[in-house]
Amino acid sequence: MRAPFLFLLWLAPAVLAASLVAPVPAMARPDYIWGGKLDLTRGVTTVDGAAGGGLASWALIDGNETRDGIGGTASITELQTHNYGLTTYAVGLGAWDRYEVTLGGQDFDTGKTGGRLGLGDGYTFHQDILGLKARLFGDAVYDQDRWLPQVAVGAQIKSADHKDLLHALGARRADGVDYTLSATKILLDRSLLLDATVRLTKANQFGLLGFGGDRQSGYQPRFEGSVGYLVTPKLLVGAELRTKPDNLRFAHEGDASDLFAAFAVTHTLSATLAWAELGDVATFRRQSGLYLSLQAGF
Amino acid sequence: MRLPTASLIAALALALPLAAPAAEKPVDPYVQSDSNAGVTPIRGDAVFKAFHGKAGIDRIVHRLNQYHHSDPRLSDLFHAADDARLERTLSEMFCYVLGGPCHYTGRDMASVHKDMGAQIAQQNAQIEDLQKAMAEEQVPVWAQNRLLARLAPLERVTVTR
Repeated sequence: MRAPFLFLLWLAPAVLAASLVAPVPAMARPDYIWGGKLDLTRGVTTVDGAAGGGLASWALIDGNETRDGIGGTASITELQTHNYGLTTYAVGLGAWDRYEVTLGGQDFDTGKTGGRLGLGDGYTFHQDILGLKARLFGDAVYDQDRWLPQVAVGAQIKSADHKDLLHALGARRADGVDYTLSATKILLDRSLLLDATVRLTKANQFGLLGFGGDRQSGYQPRFEGSVGYLVTPKLLVGAELRTKPDNLRFAHEGDASDLFAAFAVTHTLSATLAWAELGDVATFRRQSGLYLSLQAGF
Repeated sequence: MRLPTASLIAALALALPLAAPAAEKPVDPYVQSDSNAGVTPIRGDAVFKAFHGKAGIDRIVHRLNQYHHSDPRLSDLFHAADDARLERTLSEMFCYVLGGPCHYTGRDMASVHKDMGAQIAQQNAQIEDLQKAMAEEQVPVWAQNRLLARLAPLERVTVTR
């Protein structure tokens, strides 16, 4: 369990930097306010549980809180492809629109495909994800007179079940940590939202198939990003791409992409509908399907 | 002597509706300048037209100011506002920012907001109400966002708490 300790060393200076950049120590603010964030500016919940799009983690911070409060979200995300089902449950906490802590659980249901893989029908991979994120600088919403984006760093500590099976499939470990550096910008002048994120990762299929492999085992930088158009203040439509490592010999792993529509039904409830392409997953080719995510935030 | 009487009635008819909204409270003297708006105007007249000109802007600002008083998140901030002056100067400002043929005659943004004590949640609430008012005027979303993009950086002086 070396990796979870490594992230702490790495995140400490990031949190310190974020605290220094904050104009007033957030904890000292007397004028606490519940909620107050503009619709969609908390993002939606990614498959990893962090605030972002569906596939790409964004620099936006979870919850409806502003710099004067604390907020959070709870969400469920369902993705059904021809051969698989992926369900993510997540809860998140946002503090002062600066720090984010998320807890996610992913179930990867192989359904009948499990039997064909020799795992048994309905064999379900599972992993838990603890996400930490800190906004460093920039304001994606209000800095409309500068190019400077909102920038955040994050770590996602992942722990997958079925360690013995993952080793048998060629994975090095069942635990791993992804590190993210995200830049998110809303170009209101063009009604656009842009995100570019670099993820340092060893994960196989988001970590569900373990970390590192018999083909490659080290950290690799991978790009993920989103482009969205604000059709109305409550409706963002766009596309995403998430590139992934290809670590395991037994099955090629491709990049994931989606076309999405995220709708703020109310300040509290948002719904995301997407068509996701996950590429090849565990020897089954071209996995694509509908993605639905419901999120409640406060 | 019909002519002077008719002229007098005509003059009164013109003067009365003009007199009504002019009931602004006096303010301390200040130097008037478009730069008090703190925003560079949008070039071209496409966005101004999308707002239905000055008449559309007047309707939006009037509706926005109704929200200022009816929205529980904002009513305390605008409780003591001089509605006539606020609506006139804000309408001038929007018209100027949108590239319309207007001059902003109000005070600078920092002076206007320094004693309001607004928090960012209230600024966001006002943006939502402005979005509602613009939607009611059927301003297309792309044009709404052009205005909001110009106004957004003012948050650095409008939010003081």
